[in-house]
Amino acid sequence: MSEQPLVGVVLAHEAIANAFVAAVNAITGEAEGLLPVSNAGCDRAAIEDRLARAVAGRPAVIFTDLPGGSCAFGAAAYARSHPEVAVVTGVNLAMLLDFAFHRTGTPAEARERALATGRGAIAAPGAPGRAAG
Amino acid sequence: MSIALFRIDDRLIHGQVVVGWGQSLGIGFIVLVDDEVRASDWEQELYRMGVPADVTVIFASVDEGIAQLAAWQADPRRGIVLTGDIAAMARLAEGSHGVDAVNVGGIHFRDGRRERVRYVYLSDEEAAALARLGERGVEVAAQDVPTGRKVPLAELVR
Repeated sequence: MSEQPLVGVVLAHEAIANAFVAAVNAITGEAEGLLPVSNAGCDRAAIEDRLARAVAGRPAVIFTDLPGGSCAFGAAAYARSHPEVAVVTGVNLAMLLDFAFHRTGTPAEARERALATGRGAIAAPGAPGRAAG
Repeated sequence: MSIALFRIDDRLIHGQVVVGWGQSLGIGFIVLVDDEVRASDWEQELYRMGVPADVTVIFASVDEGIAQLAAWQADPRRGIVLTGDIAAMARLAEGSHGVDAVNVGGIHFRDGRRERVRYVYLSDEEAAALARLGERGVEVAAQDVPTGRKVPLAELVR
């Protein structure tokens, strides 16, 4: 188990990452361990450079948006050479809010928790035959 | 013509290609012509994950691209041929027949490059390489997404 709290990096298209981190901060006041990184103006190498600066050698979970996007590819490429980094795609606010209060354990454990929380938040409230999430 | 778009994009396969152009053009396959990715199994696996199951992804070196282009042109599905830089697209165009138009979709900032449009930065050498493509009769224009303005070569190289 990692000694230091995990860092969360939200790596997403254009202004999404800043918006997510601002929302987590507004709701919880606990956005200290969450850093926004935008892919704006970046090729693949520049995305990985920005990611490296944000992670700064710490154990981390990278939350990206589109599974087939440049952010996800950049994160996966970075994680391949950094075993203390785990990647989640399809970031949503629910998983980030949960992460803000659960930054202990290994990156892999935090990734699995984020996947479960994020999937659990996808629902269709009010739809016939479906319970609200 | 089966190849609906020849695109230069240093992000290779990503959202603008798969969703923006892919949906708009109704593509059935994407060819990524890139020597580095062609030699890397894990990168190929990565890029495959980002593409819908009904779209075939083909990885080719530039030499393989030159040899296979005619076959891709004959494919009954519509496709996109993608390179990560101008040099690879220029080699493909010079070594084969059928590259009549090139879409410059994204070449981002690096030292030595100057902004031409928001998503295209070119060094003087790269601008000259694009100009040479134009002189060969290839229609070169920048356009990041299908609804964006098509920026002609003259505006990119001035």
